[in-house]
Amino acid sequence: MIEIEALTKDYLELTVVDRVSLTVADGEIAVIVGTSGSGKTTLLRMINRLIEPTSGTVKIDGQDTRAVPAFELRRRIGYAIQGHGLFPHRTVGQNIATVPTLLGWDKAKIAARVDELLELFQLPAAEFRDRMPSELSGGQQQRVGVARALAAEPKLLLMDEPFGALDPIIRAKAQSDLLAIQKRFGTTIVLVTHDMEEAIHLGTRIAVMDKGKLLQYAPPDEIIARPATPFVAELIGTGERPFRLLSLGKVRDLVEPGPAQGEPISADASLRDAYAECLWTGREMLPVVDADGTSIGRIRRDDIAHRAERPQ
Amino acid sequence: MSTALSIPAAKSFAVDKLGVLIAALAAIAAFLPFAAFRANRIVLGEARGLFAALPGWEAAALALVLAAGIGIALLRTPTLWRLATSLVVLALLFVAIGHAGTFLTPPGDKIARVSPGAGFWLLIFAFALLAADAVARLKLKPWTRIGVLAAVALFFVVLLGSGTLNDLSILREYANRGDTFWREAETHLALALGSLALATVAGIPIGILCQRSDAWRAPVLNVLNAIQTIPSIALFGLLIAPLAWVAANIPGASALGISGIGAAPAMVALFAYSLLPVVANTVVGIDGVPPAANDAAKGMGMTDWQRLTTVEFPLAFPVILTGIRIVLVQNIGLATIAALIGGGGFGVFVFQGVGQTAMDLVLLGAVPTVALAFAAAVVLDAIVEMVSPKDTRRD
Repeated sequence: MIEIEALTKDYLELTVVDRVSLTVADGEIAVIVGTSGSGKTTLLRMINRLIEPTSGTVKIDGQDTRAVPAFELRRRIGYAIQGHGLFPHRTVGQNIATVPTLLGWDKAKIAARVDELLELFQLPAAEFRDRMPSELSGGQQQRVGVARALAAEPKLLLMDEPFGALDPIIRAKAQSDLLAIQKRFGTTIVLVTHDMEEAIHLGTRIAVMDKGKLLQYAPPDEIIARPATPFVAELIGTGERPFRLLSLGKVRDLVEPGPAQGEPISADASLRDAYAECLWTGREMLPVVDADGTSIGRIRRDDIAHRAERPQ
Repeated sequence: MSTALSIPAAKSFAVDKLGVLIAALAAIAAFLPFAAFRANRIVLGEARGLFAALPGWEAAALALVLAAGIGIALLRTPTLWRLATSLVVLALLFVAIGHAGTFLTPPGDKIARVSPGAGFWLLIFAFALLAADAVARLKLKPWTRIGVLAAVALFFVVLLGSGTLNDLSILREYANRGDTFWREAETHLALALGSLALATVAGIPIGILCQRSDAWRAPVLNVLNAIQTIPSIALFGLLIAPLAWVAANIPGASALGISGIGAAPAMVALFAYSLLPVVANTVVGIDGVPPAANDAAKGMGMTDWQRLTTVEFPLAFPVILTGIRIVLVQNIGLATIAALIGGGGFGVFVFQGVGQTAMDLVLLGAVPTVALAFAAAVVLDAIVEMVSPKDTRRD
């Protein structure tokens, strides 16, 4: 658990982060979203003390982060950034081994962990372990960057626009990979982005920041349904609201028994995708199948549309 | 690659641009003396053309080889041929000039001097150009380049050891000064390498300090820049007074060899000139470390020292080594001036030769200096390439 209390950062006259307080529970993905200059990156970097706060406290699992030297604190926290920041003179394997090496793990354990992570990120270890970062594609480099951040099995992972440099298709893949890995390890993640879509897709809670202040900190559906300020509403985009709301729900939530015609849709697809499919194929309802392909009922277009209405 | 490309071109007898220049230089060389003969070491020389400098058949053979060499240079021939041709011609030219020395010196005459003429030097220049061009086009691997250099050095060792060149003026001078030559060679290397070592040991920490702190950066780099602009002779002169004072007033200083003249001020001056390239390249090298890599290193919990030694320094090292290469080549040349203030080195022969208007003696100092600087440049360029990251090496 991370408890941030009245955290403030001043640069001379300028207050970049202004008395921000928020709590991230274990296993949550807190996404800090805001425009550039909102103070979101500064807030993130104060958690692992890459930037020292002017005032306020950060506690991780009840312990004040200032109780240990900064470098020790950082070795316990995963850190992944935009443009991956891989060391160009070290192999992929050596890059991933960075923090375990700093922590003095024994060689066999490090080697096993490196291979395990490479496989987990769909980079066959035998093929990728000894390559240089410059020999990888952008998406592969980014995956190695995240693998490196997770190498020492941190309970907390900080990510600063980790997918910012990727093209849309690779980005979507990287996001779903991250969600899968988060689910597997139960890692608590604090992620910074300027992209509200990414925030809604990834976040269990979203913190909206503007001009150093925390405007709202709430689950995505609440942010969409009840934006705290006009700025938050603007960031969501008024025309996008119903669709963003739909993207939070799963087909499974609205399945009813009964037959339907045509191409089926997966129960794990988002309501947004299901609605798009209805509109595109002109169908009133879609058959729904489970992950293994067995039919579990149908979903009605009107029910989906109803879910897109403003919550009361 | 270039070898493969030049074969079809050779079939159509296309002319190589550099070959035209080489042919023109060789044509001019034909009208210049191949060797110069002097009755003693300080009188003006009498010019000797190729056919006057060598026995008839030998001159004719060399002329044929030269003609063939020019032909190969002039046409677009495979690069390996061009390299082989240039090396063979250069080797034969050196052998020939040695034979000219023996041929022109009257038997038993110990005073007469035979030295290479302008024509010889121009031919050497022309074919060295061909060799350099071929080496560049072949894009040889670093180790291969060092190997070629070692082979060339071995050739000269064998040539000098065989006595072929012994009747040339420069080796007559050497014969008179065998002991001093090697002593001065040692001094020369000690000055050049010693100042380089000191500058590396001092310059890298200063560079790191400058890179870390804006307050130090501008002042230090400006002072070092200013030192570079002081003419070397003036700097040697300027150091005489303070070092003499140190020697006279600080106990133990003179016992360490510090004095106003001699090796101490020479070492200090060379050290001062060496600092800028080392410090500046350290700063530039560390500045060039990708910011994201640095941020990641900090964020993952490296201490400043770990980040410096495992991320910044290894990434900056090729750039720092480039600075060291500049210093080494520069210092091998500059150390010549040390002789002016009694510091020793090859400069001793240069300045004595100038004083006695004996050009042979000047060459005895100058030729080894140039050869050393050249060899140092080749070796360090190869090392820089070996330690540089792969993708910058590819193009």
